[in-house]
Amino acid sequence: MSSPLEAPARARRRWLDAGTLTPVIAALLFGAYAALQMRWDWLGNYYPLLLRGLGMTVLLVIVTSSLGMLLAIPIGLVQVVGPKWLALPARAFCTVIRGTPLLLQLWLLYYGLGSLFPQFPWIRDSALWPILRQAWPYAFVGLTLSYAAYEGEVFRGAFKGVPKGQLDAARAYGMSGLLTFRRIWLPQAFKRAMPTLAGETILQLKATPLVATITVIDVYSVAAQVRQQTYLTYEPLLLISAIYILMAVAITKVFARLSGQGQDNTAFRKS
Amino acid sequence: MIWSPSSGSIELLTAGGWGSAMLVGLARSLTIALGAFALGLVIGIAGALGKLSGGAVARQALDLYTTVVRSVPELVLILIVYFAGADLINGILTALGQAKIDFNGAIAGIVVLGVVQGAYSTEVIRGAILSVPLGQIEAAQAFGMSSWLTLRRITLPAMLPFALPGLSNLWLIAMKDTALLAVLGFGELTQVTRQAAGTTKAYFTFFFAAGCMYLLATMVSNLLSRRLEAWATKGVAHV
Repeated sequence: MSSPLEAPARARRRWLDAGTLTPVIAALLFGAYAALQMRWDWLGNYYPLLLRGLGMTVLLVIVTSSLGMLLAIPIGLVQVVGPKWLALPARAFCTVIRGTPLLLQLWLLYYGLGSLFPQFPWIRDSALWPILRQAWPYAFVGLTLSYAAYEGEVFRGAFKGVPKGQLDAARAYGMSGLLTFRRIWLPQAFKRAMPTLAGETILQLKATPLVATITVIDVYSVAAQVRQQTYLTYEPLLLISAIYILMAVAITKVFARLSGQGQDNTAFRKS
Repeated sequence: MIWSPSSGSIELLTAGGWGSAMLVGLARSLTIALGAFALGLVIGIAGALGKLSGGAVARQALDLYTTVVRSVPELVLILIVYFAGADLINGILTALGQAKIDFNGAIAGIVVLGVVQGAYSTEVIRGAILSVPLGQIEAAQAFGMSSWLTLRRITLPAMLPFALPGLSNLWLIAMKDTALLAVLGFGELTQVTRQAAGTTKAYFTFFFAAGCMYLLATMVSNLLSRRLEAWATKGVAHV
């Protein structure tokens, strides 16, 4: 934190810097153009739907990232210490999910599995059937599995990377295997995986619009709907782009605060 | 047994021509991916050089480009670039008094995905160039090499081992991102698969088969990139 006294001086210097000024001018010009030349009257009709879509997008990111991470820890762990019959399926799971497009996975789940389910009477008669007929469970499952596979790979490396001496020391102290895992191995692996989490979560955010292709109503699907109904091409797309950028910034900030250090938003992408 | 709506899963693929249509789709996907990757590489090298040695304005503009592309979903970017590109080209054609063209097909896919890939390539190559020991570049200058010659003979070859892991990751992404073009209706693997599945109603069979094709392409790519990395790091000391 800088003291209040030196802040204005630094701010002034930054404002005078041509490099900082360029994007500000560009943003102002673009903002003025957008406000004056583009049409935004549709916002009045569509904002309740937009907010609903936004809620779905936020929910998808939070729920699937959290569940995905819970899955990623055992997936990473069994590949390091697990028996072969656990390590091999975990490895295959990561390879398959990371090796195929997420769009295809979602379609395989929703259209593929979804079209097979009705053939089994015990599924059709089960209490879960009203839920299984909707699209959102497939979206949540697909995105969770995706996050689990990408982050599972990270956790595999993180568990492997904890120095053996640490684990030996824990054992020398007489800690049981579970206690060693809980107190030593997991916290240190988590610290190693931490820098990737912000990036992975932004990638998860960027993956959410794919659920619109399986009829889930997220913020992107609302923009697509506006485009079809009003024949406005750029306005809805630019609006949601701005929303996604703000959400990505928010994710970066949240994780920076969680890890207690500055983070860059460098991310390896997935799709 | 989850996957036997009928005994004819394999027949569906071999008869009716859907199997070969999917192979053509795969070839188109790979062509678009290759083109987009190459375009991204060109943008990436130019972008990295601009970020490292360009003026303040160029640096900020490039920062804006990479930041926006890396935080807006590919699906949204693809639509924006596609519509804006079509409008731009048709605007130029109209200004020149030419007839409008239908902006579609493989070239459009390559341009659209290439612009997205370029942002990631820029970051990968920028990082790789920064990893080249400064002494090597200074030595080249001491030898009197022009900056272009230094780039061609020293910087680019020397950064290659550092860039390859990131670039092979980008190639995998390029391949998987071609699936997004199905949303625009391009006839690549995922779109062909959707048509096949919709026509035959054998959704699981076809999406599963397409998944196997993507997976195979990924695994072959992994094998090749591992070879390539081994070749490129031949002269590099492993710490």
